[in-house]
Amino acid sequence: MFRTVAELIDITKSKNIPISEVMILKEIEETGKSREEIFAQMGKNLEVMEAAVLRGIKEDVKSHSGLTGGDAVLLQKYIESGKSLSGTTLLDAVSKAVATNEVNAAMGTICATPTAGSAGVVPGTLFGLKEKLNPTKEQMVRFLFTSGAFGYVVANNASISGAAGGCQAEVGSATGMAAAAIVELAGGTPDQSAHAMAIALKNMLGLVCDPVAGLVEVPCVKRNAIGASTAVVAADMSLAGITSRIPCDEVIDAMYEIGQRMPSAFKETAEGGLAATPTARALEAKIFGAALAKERS
Amino acid sequence: MKYRSVFDIIGPVMIGPSSSHTAGAARIGRVARQLFGKAPKTVTIRLYGSFAKTYKGHGTDVALIGGLLDFDTFDERIVQAVRLAEETGMAVEFIEEDEHTDHPNTVRLHLKDNEDELDIVGVSVGGGKIEITELNGFEISLSGSHPALLVVHQDRYGAVATVASILAEHEVNISHMEVSRKLKGQVALMVIETDQEVSQAIATDCLARPNMLNVAVLA
Repeated sequence: MFRTVAELIDITKSKNIPISEVMILKEIEETGKSREEIFAQMGKNLEVMEAAVLRGIKEDVKSHSGLTGGDAVLLQKYIESGKSLSGTTLLDAVSKAVATNEVNAAMGTICATPTAGSAGVVPGTLFGLKEKLNPTKEQMVRFLFTSGAFGYVVANNASISGAAGGCQAEVGSATGMAAAAIVELAGGTPDQSAHAMAIALKNMLGLVCDPVAGLVEVPCVKRNAIGASTAVVAADMSLAGITSRIPCDEVIDAMYEIGQRMPSAFKETAEGGLAATPTARALEAKIFGAALAKERS
Repeated sequence: MKYRSVFDIIGPVMIGPSSSHTAGAARIGRVARQLFGKAPKTVTIRLYGSFAKTYKGHGTDVALIGGLLDFDTFDERIVQAVRLAEETGMAVEFIEEDEHTDHPNTVRLHLKDNEDELDIVGVSVGGGKIEITELNGFEISLSGSHPALLVVHQDRYGAVATVASILAEHEVNISHMEVSRKLKGQVALMVIETDQEVSQAIATDCLARPNMLNVAVLA
Protein backbone atom coordinates (compact mmCIF):
# COMPACT_ATOMS: atom_id res chain seq x y z
CA MET A 1 0.00 0.00 0.00
CA PHE A 2 2.85 2.40 0.87
CA ARG A 3 6.58 1.90 1.24
CA THR A 4 7.70 5.51 1.44
CA VAL A 5 6.54 8.74 3.02
CA ALA A 6 5.90 10.14 -0.49
CA GLU A 7 3.55 7.23 -1.27
CA LEU A 8 1.84 7.66 2.11
CA ILE A 9 1.21 11.34 1.44
CA ASP A 10 -0.03 10.58 -2.10
CA ILE A 11 -2.68 8.22 -0.70
CA THR A 12 -3.89 10.85 1.77
CA LYS A 13 -4.35 13.25 -1.15
CA SER A 14 -5.97 10.88 -3.63
CA LYS A 15 -8.41 9.51 -1.04
CA ASN A 16 -8.70 12.73 0.94
CA ILE A 17 -8.07 11.01 4.28
CA PRO A 18 -5.63 11.71 7.14
CA ILE A 19 -2.38 9.74 7.61
CA SER A 20 -3.83 7.90 10.59
CA GLU A 21 -6.65 6.58 8.38
CA VAL A 22 -4.18 5.25 5.78
CA MET A 23 -2.39 3.33 8.52
CA ILE A 24 -5.68 1.91 9.84
CA LEU A 25 -6.76 0.82 6.33
CA LYS A 26 -3.39 -0.81 5.77
CA GLU A 27 -3.64 -2.68 9.07
CA ILE A 28 -7.12 -3.96 8.14
CA GLU A 29 -5.82 -5.11 4.75
CA GLU A 30 -2.66 -6.69 6.16
CA THR A 31 -4.12 -8.58 9.14
CA GLY A 32 -7.76 -9.14 8.17
CA LYS A 33 -8.81 -7.79 11.58
CA SER A 34 -11.79 -5.48 11.95
CA ARG A 35 -11.46 -1.72 12.43
CA GLU A 36 -12.97 -2.05 15.91
CA GLU A 37 -10.43 -4.70 16.93
CA ILE A 38 -7.52 -2.62 15.65
CA PHE A 39 -8.79 0.53 17.32
CA ALA A 40 -9.33 -1.30 20.61
CA GLN A 41 -5.81 -2.75 20.52
CA MET A 42 -4.29 0.69 19.98
CA GLY A 43 -6.57 2.04 22.72
CA LYS A 44 -5.01 -0.48 25.11
CA ASN A 45 -1.53 0.67 24.13
CA LEU A 46 -2.63 4.24 24.88
CA GLU A 47 -3.79 3.16 28.35
CA VAL A 48 -0.41 1.52 29.06
CA MET A 49 1.33 4.74 27.98
CA GLU A 50 -0.87 6.89 30.20
CA ALA A 51 -0.32 4.63 33.22
CA ALA A 52 3.46 4.81 32.72
CA VAL A 53 3.37 8.62 32.39
CA LEU A 54 1.26 9.01 35.53
CA ARG A 55 3.46 6.63 37.50
CA GLY A 56 6.61 8.45 36.42
CA ILE A 57 5.41 11.95 37.28
CA LYS A 58 3.87 10.98 40.64
CA GLU A 59 5.94 8.18 42.13
CA ASP A 60 9.56 8.24 43.12
CA VAL A 61 10.57 5.68 40.48
CA LYS A 62 14.15 4.40 40.82
CA SER A 63 15.99 1.94 38.59
CA HIS A 64 17.85 -1.03 40.10
CA SER A 65 21.19 0.53 39.25
CA GLY A 66 20.17 3.81 40.85
CA LEU A 67 21.34 5.72 37.74
CA THR A 68 17.90 7.10 36.86
CA GLY A 69 14.61 8.03 38.44
CA GLY A 70 12.89 11.00 40.04
CA ASP A 71 13.65 13.58 37.33
CA ALA A 72 10.09 13.68 35.97
CA VAL A 73 8.89 14.62 39.46
CA LEU A 74 11.53 17.37 39.66
CA LEU A 75 10.37 18.78 36.33
CA GLN A 76 6.72 18.73 37.37
CA LYS A 77 7.56 20.68 40.53
CA TYR A 78 9.59 23.16 38.50
CA ILE A 79 6.69 23.67 36.06
CA GLU A 80 4.39 24.35 39.03
CA SER A 81 6.79 26.99 40.33
CA GLY A 82 5.98 29.03 37.20
CA LYS A 83 9.64 29.81 36.58
CA SER A 84 10.15 27.64 33.49
CA LEU A 85 11.90 29.36 30.59
CA SER A 86 10.78 27.05 27.79
CA GLY A 87 7.09 27.17 28.71
CA THR A 88 4.62 24.87 30.39
CA THR A 89 3.51 22.87 27.34
CA LEU A 90 7.00 22.08 26.08
CA LEU A 91 8.33 21.22 29.53
CA ASP A 92 5.28 19.11 30.36
CA ALA A 93 5.96 17.03 27.22
CA VAL A 94 9.60 16.72 28.27
CA SER A 95 8.69 15.63 31.82
CA LYS A 96 6.26 12.99 30.51
CA ALA A 97 8.86 11.58 28.14
CA VAL A 98 11.25 11.35 31.10
CA ALA A 99 8.50 9.73 33.20
CA THR A 100 8.01 6.96 30.64
CA ASN A 101 11.70 6.17 30.30
CA GLU A 102 12.23 6.22 34.05
CA VAL A 103 9.47 3.63 34.44
CA ASN A 104 11.06 1.63 31.62
CA ALA A 105 14.49 1.73 33.27
CA ALA A 106 12.92 0.48 36.50
CA MET A 107 11.63 -2.59 34.63
CA GLY A 108 8.11 -1.20 34.71
CA THR A 109 5.45 -1.76 32.06
CA ILE A 110 5.61 0.45 28.95
CA CYS A 111 4.62 0.37 25.30
CA ALA A 112 7.59 0.37 22.89
CA THR A 113 7.32 3.33 20.45
CA PRO A 114 9.13 2.27 18.33
CA THR A 115 11.46 0.72 20.92
CA ALA A 116 11.60 0.64 24.71
CA GLY A 117 14.71 2.84 24.85
CA SER A 118 12.85 5.46 22.81
CA ALA A 119 9.43 4.87 24.38
CA GLY A 120 9.18 8.31 25.97
CA VAL A 121 9.00 10.70 23.02
CA VAL A 122 5.65 9.72 21.45
CA PRO A 123 3.56 9.45 24.66
CA GLY A 124 5.48 12.34 26.24
CA THR A 125 4.47 14.75 23.48
CA LEU A 126 0.92 13.38 23.27
CA PHE A 127 0.16 13.73 26.97
CA GLY A 128 2.18 16.95 27.17
CA LEU A 129 -0.01 18.57 24.51
CA LYS A 130 -3.25 17.16 25.89
CA GLU A 131 -4.12 20.22 27.95
CA LYS A 132 -3.38 22.65 25.13
CA LEU A 133 -5.13 20.78 22.29
CA ASN A 134 -7.81 19.00 24.33
CA PRO A 135 -8.02 15.95 22.02
CA THR A 136 -10.77 13.32 22.12
CA LYS A 137 -9.84 9.70 22.93
CA GLU A 138 -10.22 8.92 19.21
CA GLN A 139 -7.78 11.70 18.27
CA MET A 140 -5.29 10.39 20.81
CA VAL A 141 -5.51 6.90 19.36
CA ARG A 142 -5.14 8.37 15.86
CA PHE A 143 -1.99 10.16 17.05
CA LEU A 144 -0.51 6.70 17.63
CA PHE A 145 -1.53 5.44 14.17
CA THR A 146 0.06 8.50 12.53
CA SER A 147 3.28 8.00 14.53
CA GLY A 148 3.11 4.34 13.56
CA ALA A 149 2.78 5.13 9.85
CA PHE A 150 6.03 7.13 9.83
CA GLY A 151 7.76 4.59 12.06
CA TYR A 152 6.67 1.85 9.68
CA VAL A 153 8.41 3.58 6.76
CA VAL A 154 11.58 4.12 8.81
CA ALA A 155 11.62 0.54 10.12
CA ASN A 156 11.28 -0.93 6.63
CA ASN A 157 13.62 1.43 4.77
CA ALA A 158 16.22 2.12 7.46
CA SER A 159 16.18 0.79 11.02
CA ILE A 160 14.65 1.30 14.45
CA SER A 161 17.37 -0.67 16.25
CA GLY A 162 20.19 1.03 18.16
CA ALA A 163 22.35 -2.04 17.65
CA ALA A 164 21.89 -1.73 13.89
CA GLY A 165 21.70 2.05 13.38
CA GLY A 166 22.65 3.92 16.57
CA CYS A 167 20.41 6.17 18.69
CA GLN A 168 19.36 8.14 15.60
CA ALA A 169 17.40 4.99 14.62
CA GLU A 170 15.65 4.86 18.00
CA VAL A 171 15.17 8.28 19.62
CA GLY A 172 15.71 9.88 16.19
CA SER A 173 12.90 7.84 14.65
CA ALA A 174 10.64 8.41 17.66
CA THR A 175 11.22 12.16 17.45
CA GLY A 176 10.33 12.25 13.76
CA MET A 177 7.25 10.08 14.33
CA ALA A 178 6.05 12.31 17.17
CA ALA A 179 6.65 15.52 15.18
CA ALA A 180 4.54 14.19 12.30
CA ALA A 181 1.73 13.08 14.61
CA ILE A 182 1.70 16.41 16.49
CA VAL A 183 1.11 18.19 13.18
CA GLU A 184 -1.93 16.03 12.41
CA LEU A 185 -3.31 16.48 15.94
CA ALA A 186 -2.86 20.26 15.68
CA GLY A 187 -4.76 20.36 12.39
CA GLY A 188 -1.86 20.52 9.92
CA THR A 189 -1.73 18.83 6.52
CA PRO A 190 -0.08 15.48 5.67
CA ASP A 191 2.62 17.41 3.78
CA GLN A 192 3.33 19.41 6.93
CA SER A 193 3.57 16.15 8.89
CA ALA A 194 6.23 14.90 6.48
CA HIS A 195 8.18 18.16 6.73
CA ALA A 196 7.99 18.07 10.53
CA MET A 197 9.33 14.50 10.51
CA ALA A 198 12.14 15.52 8.14
CA ILE A 199 13.09 18.57 10.21
CA ALA A 200 13.10 16.55 13.43
CA LEU A 201 15.03 13.57 12.08
CA LYS A 202 17.64 15.78 10.39
CA ASN A 203 18.57 17.05 13.82
CA MET A 204 19.02 13.55 15.18
CA LEU A 205 21.28 12.25 12.38
CA GLY A 206 24.53 10.77 13.57
CA LEU A 207 23.38 10.28 17.14
CA VAL A 208 25.24 7.28 18.53
CA CYS A 209 23.97 4.60 20.91
CA ASP A 210 26.44 4.60 23.81
CA PRO A 211 24.60 3.44 26.92
CA VAL A 212 26.55 3.67 30.17
CA ALA A 213 27.10 0.15 31.56
CA GLY A 214 24.96 -1.09 28.68
CA LEU A 215 21.88 0.07 30.58
CA VAL A 216 18.93 1.80 28.91
CA GLU A 217 19.32 4.71 31.30
CA VAL A 218 22.20 7.11 30.67
CA PRO A 219 21.94 8.94 28.29
CA CYS A 220 18.68 7.37 27.02
CA VAL A 221 16.26 9.04 29.45
CA LYS A 222 17.54 12.56 28.75
CA ARG A 223 17.76 11.92 25.00
CA ASN A 224 14.06 11.10 25.07
CA ALA A 225 13.51 14.35 26.99
CA ILE A 226 15.26 16.50 24.40
CA GLY A 227 13.74 14.36 21.62
CA ALA A 228 10.28 15.35 22.87
CA SER A 229 11.21 19.03 22.84
CA THR A 230 12.67 18.70 19.32
CA ALA A 231 9.47 17.02 18.12
CA VAL A 232 7.27 19.84 19.40
CA VAL A 233 9.54 22.55 17.96
CA ALA A 234 9.82 20.77 14.58
CA ALA A 235 6.01 20.47 14.44
CA ASP A 236 5.67 24.19 15.24
CA MET A 237 8.19 25.09 12.52
CA SER A 238 6.32 23.03 9.96
CA LEU A 239 2.94 24.43 11.04
CA ALA A 240 4.44 27.90 10.58
CA GLY A 241 4.97 27.03 6.92
CA ILE A 242 8.66 26.11 7.03
CA THR A 243 9.59 23.20 4.75
CA SER A 244 12.52 20.78 4.74
CA ARG A 245 14.72 21.28 1.66
CA ILE A 246 15.58 17.56 1.79
CA PRO A 247 12.45 15.40 1.39
CA CYS A 248 11.53 13.14 4.31
CA ASP A 249 12.33 9.89 2.45
CA GLU A 250 15.83 11.10 1.61
CA VAL A 251 16.43 12.05 5.24
CA ILE A 252 15.42 8.50 6.20
CA ASP A 253 17.81 7.10 3.57
CA ALA A 254 20.59 9.32 4.93
CA MET A 255 19.89 8.02 8.43
CA TYR A 256 20.20 4.46 7.14
CA GLU A 257 23.49 5.17 5.39
CA ILE A 258 24.93 6.86 8.48
CA GLY A 259 23.86 3.88 10.58
CA GLN A 260 25.49 1.42 8.19
CA ARG A 261 28.79 3.31 8.25
CA MET A 262 28.73 3.92 12.00
CA PRO A 263 31.42 1.89 13.85
CA SER A 264 29.99 -0.88 16.04
CA ALA A 265 31.55 0.77 19.12
CA PHE A 266 28.72 3.31 18.82
CA LYS A 267 25.91 0.84 18.25
CA GLU A 268 24.70 -0.40 21.62
CA THR A 269 27.88 -2.25 22.54
CA ALA A 270 28.91 0.04 25.42
CA GLU A 271 32.38 0.18 23.85
CA GLY A 272 32.54 3.84 22.88
CA GLY A 273 31.26 7.36 23.42
CA LEU A 274 29.76 8.16 26.81
CA ALA A 275 29.87 4.46 27.77
CA ALA A 276 33.68 4.48 27.55
CA THR A 277 34.29 7.60 29.68
CA PRO A 278 36.13 7.16 33.00
CA THR A 279 32.99 8.07 34.94
CA ALA A 280 30.91 5.55 32.99
CA ARG A 281 33.44 2.77 33.60
CA ALA A 282 33.53 3.66 37.31
CA LEU A 283 29.73 3.51 37.48
CA GLU A 284 29.81 0.19 35.65
CA ALA A 285 32.26 -1.23 38.17
CA LYS A 286 30.07 -0.02 41.01
CA ILE A 287 26.90 -1.56 39.52
CA PHE A 288 28.27 -4.93 38.40
CA GLY A 289 31.13 -5.32 40.87
CA ALA A 290 33.62 -5.01 37.98
CA ALA A 291 33.83 -2.92 34.83
CA LEU A 292 32.62 -4.66 31.67
CA ALA A 293 35.56 -3.20 29.75
CA LYS A 294 38.51 -0.87 30.16
CA GLU A 295 37.97 2.86 29.99
CA ARG A 296 38.94 4.69 26.83
CA SER A 297 42.58 5.78 26.97
CA MET B 1 8.79 -5.64 4.21
CA LYS B 2 10.35 -6.60 7.53
CA TYR B 3 7.76 -4.81 9.63
CA ARG B 4 4.24 -5.48 8.56
CA SER B 5 1.89 -4.27 11.29
CA VAL B 6 1.54 -0.88 12.98
CA PHE B 7 1.77 -2.80 16.26
CA ASP B 8 5.34 -3.75 15.40
CA ILE B 9 6.04 -0.02 15.67
CA ILE B 10 3.59 1.07 18.41
CA GLY B 11 4.15 -1.95 20.64
CA PRO B 12 4.74 -4.37 22.16
CA VAL B 13 3.50 -3.64 25.65
CA MET B 14 6.40 -4.92 27.68
CA ILE B 15 8.48 -4.95 30.82
CA GLY B 16 11.50 -2.63 30.33
CA PRO B 17 14.15 -1.73 29.69
CA SER B 18 14.91 -2.72 26.07
CA SER B 19 12.60 -3.86 23.26
CA SER B 20 15.37 -5.69 21.43
CA HIS B 21 17.38 -6.91 24.43
CA THR B 22 14.49 -7.56 26.83
CA ALA B 23 11.18 -8.05 24.95
CA GLY B 24 12.81 -9.65 21.89
CA ALA B 25 14.90 -11.89 24.15
CA ALA B 26 11.79 -12.95 26.09
CA ARG B 27 10.06 -13.82 22.81
CA ILE B 28 12.99 -15.94 21.60
CA GLY B 29 13.08 -17.75 24.95
CA ARG B 30 9.34 -18.39 24.74
CA VAL B 31 9.48 -19.76 21.18
CA ALA B 32 12.23 -22.13 22.35
CA ARG B 33 10.10 -23.20 25.30
CA GLN B 34 7.02 -23.76 23.12
CA LEU B 35 8.96 -25.80 20.58
CA PHE B 36 10.48 -27.87 23.38
CA GLY B 37 6.93 -28.35 24.64
CA LYS B 38 7.81 -28.45 28.32
CA ALA B 39 10.12 -26.89 30.90
CA PRO B 40 13.74 -27.84 30.12
CA LYS B 41 16.06 -29.09 32.88
CA THR B 42 19.16 -27.36 31.54
CA VAL B 43 19.63 -24.56 29.04
CA THR B 44 22.90 -23.37 27.54
CA ILE B 45 22.64 -19.91 26.05
CA ARG B 46 25.30 -18.50 23.72
CA LEU B 47 25.15 -14.74 23.20
CA TYR B 48 26.64 -12.90 20.22
CA GLY B 49 27.36 -9.27 19.29
CA SER B 50 25.56 -6.58 21.24
CA PHE B 51 23.74 -9.31 23.20
CA ALA B 52 27.10 -10.60 24.46
CA LYS B 53 28.37 -7.11 25.32
CA THR B 54 25.37 -5.66 27.12
CA TYR B 55 23.12 -8.49 28.24
CA LYS B 56 23.62 -7.83 31.95
CA GLY B 57 22.63 -4.18 31.69
CA HIS B 58 19.56 -4.82 29.56
CA GLY B 59 18.24 -7.76 31.55
CA THR B 60 18.61 -9.95 28.43
CA ASP B 61 19.50 -12.92 30.65
CA VAL B 62 16.49 -12.35 32.88
CA ALA B 63 14.19 -11.95 29.86
CA LEU B 64 15.48 -15.09 28.10
CA ILE B 65 14.87 -17.07 31.27
CA GLY B 66 11.42 -15.44 31.57
CA GLY B 67 10.63 -16.60 28.04
CA LEU B 68 11.89 -20.09 28.86
CA LEU B 69 9.39 -20.04 31.75
CA ASP B 70 6.69 -19.30 29.13
CA PHE B 71 6.18 -15.65 30.16
CA ASP B 72 4.99 -13.07 27.61
CA THR B 73 6.77 -9.69 27.12
CA PHE B 74 4.38 -7.90 29.50
CA ASP B 75 4.37 -10.55 32.25
CA GLU B 76 5.61 -8.89 35.43
CA ARG B 77 7.01 -12.20 36.67
CA ILE B 78 9.89 -11.64 34.19
CA VAL B 79 11.55 -9.46 36.83
CA GLN B 80 11.80 -12.50 39.17
CA ALA B 81 12.63 -14.98 36.39
CA VAL B 82 16.07 -15.97 37.73
CA ARG B 83 14.66 -16.94 41.13
CA LEU B 84 11.60 -18.63 39.60
CA ALA B 85 13.82 -20.73 37.30
CA GLU B 86 15.91 -21.85 40.26
CA GLU B 87 12.77 -22.79 42.16
CA THR B 88 11.48 -24.90 39.26
CA GLY B 89 14.85 -26.62 38.90
CA MET B 90 15.86 -25.12 35.56
CA ALA B 91 19.64 -24.65 35.30
CA VAL B 92 20.69 -21.93 32.86
CA GLU B 93 24.24 -21.18 31.72
CA PHE B 94 25.24 -18.08 29.72
CA ILE B 95 28.25 -18.01 27.40
CA GLU B 96 29.53 -14.81 25.77
CA GLU B 97 30.77 -15.55 22.26
CA ASP B 98 33.23 -13.41 20.25
CA GLU B 99 32.25 -14.80 16.88
CA HIS B 100 30.79 -12.32 14.40
CA THR B 101 27.19 -12.92 13.31
CA ASP B 102 25.09 -11.35 10.55
CA HIS B 103 22.94 -9.47 13.04
CA PRO B 104 24.39 -8.03 16.28
CA ASN B 105 21.58 -9.40 18.48
CA THR B 106 21.88 -13.14 17.98
CA VAL B 107 21.44 -15.94 20.52
CA ARG B 108 21.71 -19.74 20.38
CA LEU B 109 19.82 -21.77 22.96
CA HIS B 110 20.30 -25.43 23.72
CA LEU B 111 17.47 -26.92 25.79
CA LYS B 112 17.70 -30.33 27.43
CA ASP B 113 15.95 -32.67 29.79
CA ASN B 114 16.36 -36.43 30.37
CA GLU B 115 14.60 -37.36 27.11
CA ASP B 116 14.83 -34.48 24.64
CA GLU B 117 17.12 -31.81 23.23
CA LEU B 118 16.43 -28.70 21.16
CA ASP B 119 18.84 -26.30 19.50
CA ILE B 120 17.54 -22.96 18.25
CA VAL B 121 19.04 -19.71 16.96
CA GLY B 122 17.07 -16.49 17.32
CA VAL B 123 17.73 -12.92 16.24
CA SER B 124 16.19 -9.84 17.82
CA VAL B 125 15.92 -7.43 14.90
CA GLY B 126 14.61 -4.34 16.70
CA GLY B 127 11.51 -3.01 18.42
CA GLY B 128 10.80 -6.42 19.98
CA LYS B 129 10.55 -8.22 16.65
CA ILE B 130 12.36 -11.55 16.31
CA GLU B 131 13.44 -14.01 13.66
CA ILE B 132 14.30 -17.70 14.03
CA THR B 133 17.15 -18.66 11.73
CA GLU B 134 18.00 -22.19 12.81
CA LEU B 135 16.23 -25.07 14.50
CA ASN B 136 17.87 -28.41 15.37
CA GLY B 137 20.41 -27.91 12.63
CA PHE B 138 17.75 -27.00 10.07
CA GLU B 139 18.44 -23.61 8.58
CA ILE B 140 15.11 -21.92 8.28
CA SER B 141 14.32 -18.76 6.43
CA LEU B 142 11.63 -17.15 8.51
CA SER B 143 11.41 -13.58 7.31
CA GLY B 144 9.73 -12.53 10.53
CA SER B 145 7.44 -10.30 8.47
CA HIS B 146 4.48 -12.69 8.57
CA PRO B 147 2.82 -14.65 11.35
CA ALA B 148 4.26 -18.15 11.37
CA LEU B 149 3.58 -21.61 12.68
CA LEU B 150 6.48 -23.95 13.47
CA VAL B 151 5.60 -27.63 13.74
CA VAL B 152 8.03 -30.35 14.77
CA HIS B 153 6.54 -33.67 13.67
CA GLN B 154 7.24 -37.30 12.80
CA ASP B 155 8.01 -37.65 9.10
CA ARG B 156 4.80 -39.52 8.10
CA TYR B 157 2.35 -39.17 5.25
CA GLY B 158 -0.62 -36.96 6.01
CA ALA B 159 1.20 -34.76 8.55
CA VAL B 160 1.44 -31.79 6.21
CA ALA B 161 -2.14 -32.23 5.02
CA THR B 162 -3.40 -32.32 8.62
CA VAL B 163 -1.84 -28.98 9.50
CA ALA B 164 -2.88 -27.42 6.20
CA SER B 165 -6.50 -28.46 6.70
CA ILE B 166 -6.59 -27.08 10.26
CA LEU B 167 -5.38 -23.73 8.91
CA ALA B 168 -8.01 -23.88 6.16
CA GLU B 169 -10.76 -24.55 8.72
CA HIS B 170 -9.71 -21.38 10.55
CA GLU B 171 -9.63 -19.44 7.25
CA VAL B 172 -5.90 -18.85 7.50
CA ASN B 173 -4.06 -18.62 4.20
CA ILE B 174 -0.52 -20.01 3.80
CA SER B 175 1.84 -17.56 2.11
CA HIS B 176 5.05 -19.62 2.34
CA MET B 177 5.84 -23.12 3.51
CA GLU B 178 8.94 -25.23 3.98
CA VAL B 179 9.22 -28.84 5.08
CA SER B 180 12.58 -30.27 6.02
CA ARG B 181 13.90 -33.45 7.56
CA LYS B 182 17.25 -34.99 8.28
CA LEU B 183 16.33 -38.62 7.63
CA LYS B 184 13.31 -40.30 6.10
CA GLY B 185 10.77 -41.33 8.75
CA GLN B 186 12.51 -39.37 11.50
CA VAL B 187 11.78 -35.96 12.99
CA ALA B 188 10.79 -33.29 10.47
CA LEU B 189 10.00 -29.61 10.63
CA MET B 190 7.23 -27.59 8.99
CA VAL B 191 7.72 -23.85 8.78
CA ILE B 192 4.53 -22.16 7.66
CA GLU B 193 4.11 -18.44 7.10
CA THR B 194 0.57 -17.12 6.89
CA ASP B 195 -1.32 -14.00 5.85
CA GLN B 196 -3.59 -14.01 8.91
CA GLU B 197 -2.58 -14.33 12.53
CA VAL B 198 -2.30 -17.85 13.91
CA SER B 199 -4.23 -18.24 17.15
CA GLN B 200 -3.14 -20.38 20.09
CA ALA B 201 -6.25 -22.47 19.43
CA ILE B 202 -4.83 -23.49 16.04
CA ALA B 203 -1.56 -24.48 17.67
CA THR B 204 -3.36 -26.52 20.31
CA ASP B 205 -5.48 -28.22 17.66
CA CYS B 206 -2.38 -29.16 15.62
CA LEU B 207 -0.58 -30.53 18.65
CA ALA B 208 -3.51 -32.83 19.46
CA ARG B 209 -3.23 -34.65 16.10
CA PRO B 210 -1.15 -37.79 15.44
CA ASN B 211 2.59 -37.43 14.72
CA MET B 212 2.77 -33.84 15.96
CA LEU B 213 5.58 -33.35 18.49
CA ASN B 214 5.73 -29.63 19.19
CA VAL B 215 4.10 -26.50 17.89
CA ALA B 216 4.99 -22.83 18.31
CA VAL B 217 3.40 -19.66 17.00
CA LEU B 218 5.40 -16.61 15.93
CA ALA B 219 3.36 -13.40 15.76
